[in-house]
Amino acid sequence: MVPLNYYLILSGILFVIGVIGVLVRRNAIIIFMSIELMLNAVNLTFIAFSRYLNSIDGQIFVIMVMAVAAAEVVVGLALIIAVFRIKETINVDEVNILKW
Amino acid sequence: MNYLWLIPFFPLIGVVLNGFLGKKFGDKFVSWVGPGAVGLSFIISSIFLFKLVFDSPTGDSYIQKLFVWIAAGNLVVEAGLILDHLSAVMIMVVTGVGFVIHVYSVGYMHKDPGYARYFTYLNLFIFSMLILVMADSFLLMFVGWEGVGLCSYLLIGFWYEDKKNADAGKKAFIVNRIGDFGFLIGIFLIFMEFASLDFESVFSMASSRQIGDPVIVAITLLLFIGAVGKSAQIPLYVWLPDAMQGPTPVSALIHAATMVTAGVYMIVRCHMLYLLAPLTMSIVAVIGVVTAVYSASIGTVQNDIKRVLAYSTISQIGYMFLAVGVGAFTAGMFHLMTHAFFKGLLFLGAGSVIHSISGEMDMRFMGGLKKYLPITFWTFLIAVLAITGIPGFSGFFSKDEILWNAFSSTRGNPILWVVGVFTAGLTAFYMFRLFYLTFLGESRFKPEKEPHIHESPKIMTIPLIILAFFSLFGGYIGVSHSLGGENHFEKFMEPVFEHSKMIFNSDVENFLGLEYWLMIISIIVVLIGLIIVHRIYLKRPDIASTLAKRFSRAYRVLLNKYYIDEIYHTFIVNPFIKISDIFWKIFDVKIVDGAVNGTANVIQSAGDKLRKVQTGYIQEYALSLILGAVIIIGYFIFR
Repeated sequence: MVPLNYYLILSGILFVIGVIGVLVRRNAIIIFMSIELMLNAVNLTFIAFSRYLNSIDGQIFVIMVMAVAAAEVVVGLALIIAVFRIKETINVDEVNILKW
Repeated sequence: MNYLWLIPFFPLIGVVLNGFLGKKFGDKFVSWVGPGAVGLSFIISSIFLFKLVFDSPTGDSYIQKLFVWIAAGNLVVEAGLILDHLSAVMIMVVTGVGFVIHVYSVGYMHKDPGYARYFTYLNLFIFSMLILVMADSFLLMFVGWEGVGLCSYLLIGFWYEDKKNADAGKKAFIVNRIGDFGFLIGIFLIFMEFASLDFESVFSMASSRQIGDPVIVAITLLLFIGAVGKSAQIPLYVWLPDAMQGPTPVSALIHAATMVTAGVYMIVRCHMLYLLAPLTMSIVAVIGVVTAVYSASIGTVQNDIKRVLAYSTISQIGYMFLAVGVGAFTAGMFHLMTHAFFKGLLFLGAGSVIHSISGEMDMRFMGGLKKYLPITFWTFLIAVLAITGIPGFSGFFSKDEILWNAFSSTRGNPILWVVGVFTAGLTAFYMFRLFYLTFLGESRFKPEKEPHIHESPKIMTIPLIILAFFSLFGGYIGVSHSLGGENHFEKFMEPVFEHSKMIFNSDVENFLGLEYWLMIISIIVVLIGLIIVHRIYLKRPDIASTLAKRFSRAYRVLLNKYYIDEIYHTFIVNPFIKISDIFWKIFDVKIVDGAVNGTANVIQSAGDKLRKVQTGYIQEYALSLILGAVIIIGYFIFR
């Protein structure tokens, strides 16, 4: 058996990469990809615990998270297209009208 | 007794009708509603008077509880009306003389643009005064007390476009207020001591107290301060001469017959308390008689006809306070009644004179009016004879009783009598001087006024005649025993003082015929005054100006009313104005406004700086989100 820690560390690293991606990248689609990466890292954690605690609950929850992620992607991409129609760009640095 | 409430009700309806519908329905409507309301009150008051005299109810009084006004813990105050013999005298005076003056006003205020407003205020005054005298508790009396003060302000400043009139109204209200402050503290003290505010409870609880009980002395002194303000005694009288700026019927009603007598009524109503506080009574008597002689002296040299009458009023009320101060409550009330008749008549007559010479009030420009205004002349003469105390007229009987009691009462003092008699001499002097300057001698009119001089219309002269009748014959119900009379007035007032008989008996013995000698002395003093005036003003008018020049300093002091207004201004009013200025410019503008505006500024600049946080970059918001999450999770991990 692979020790639990390895899974958790992997999840952590994936999560952090996702966070950095959200904070640093300028392209809106890349940001969405990073968000998906974060979600998948969490999914990995759930699966690992489910295996090591012999409980099916974790895996059920993963299904739910995947469903929510899918829905969220739909909404997000629709928003990006709407913004693109107006601003001609998907560089988030340029979508800053809601400021002082 | 169920319709006791109608007495103040009719004037209240008058207020509503005149106030809201007066302008719409015009002067004719107001002329009927205004006097009519008071007239109806008078009729009901008379009915009750008859019932009191011929069909005495239990306890000699009618009581009507109206409604529970305050019910808070220990304090339960019912608003209620009481009509006992004391209130009966007052309501007859208020509604009777009030009605006559209302009718007179219909003529005097004819065509005035504020006609409806005038009668609204006048009815409101009658209503407040009736509440004052029919109240059965201190609180309700205070409501009426404040109400008459308010109406005094409204009516003095009636022609408010002229700043002088508005200032006079303000002065009246403010000086009154000072007295009212004392009155209110007195009421608080009463509640603290007796846990009740209605007359019956308070007086019966007080009757078991010791004479000289310090709390009762304090209460009576404080209530007296209120009386000093309302009834224009030293030192709070300064508003009354200025109050002459108002219409003359107002001066007659409020500042002669009724409002200024409220203080006297209050003391008589609270006689149980005052009899237990001999110190206060002495103070009352002394202030009364000092005020009497002081203002009589000022009145001797004034040139404005209404001012002389104003100082005369202050002086006569001083007599009433002298009376109640020595325990002669009935005599004080008697003088209150006769004074209402003759002083009201004097003011209405003066109004008739002023009306006829188109607004001239300076007596130096009058004279010889006898042939132009016969009715005014004869009624005015009757009033003058009454106020100076010529035997046979009403003022003689009432003033004489006061002087006799001042001398011989157990709480009286011969010195008080001497000052009182001297004042009577001064009274005779200034009243006859006024009479001669106005009606007799040579005419000194300003040329433009002469052709228009005419006697007043009947609606103004008939009230004069009515009041003259009472000034002449009104005294006969109070002829004292020593003169062979029955003194019906004193008998009528006896039930009021039943419960206090054990503390003080106001009957005084006429030993060695002393009363007759005192009476004769006072008559002689009055005649001396008359003769002096006759010699100066009728025979050789130049003596007056010569005397004025020889005693010029004294003359100027009297003419300028002992400079009291200037003294008050320097020592009281101006310091207050300066303090108010400091409060305004420093405290209000700099500190309070500064604090409020400053707070707003602080918040605004804080917001100004905080808004820079909103840059619009989503990733910055995400960063702060994540940082916050890290901190919180870190805290829980490393706890």
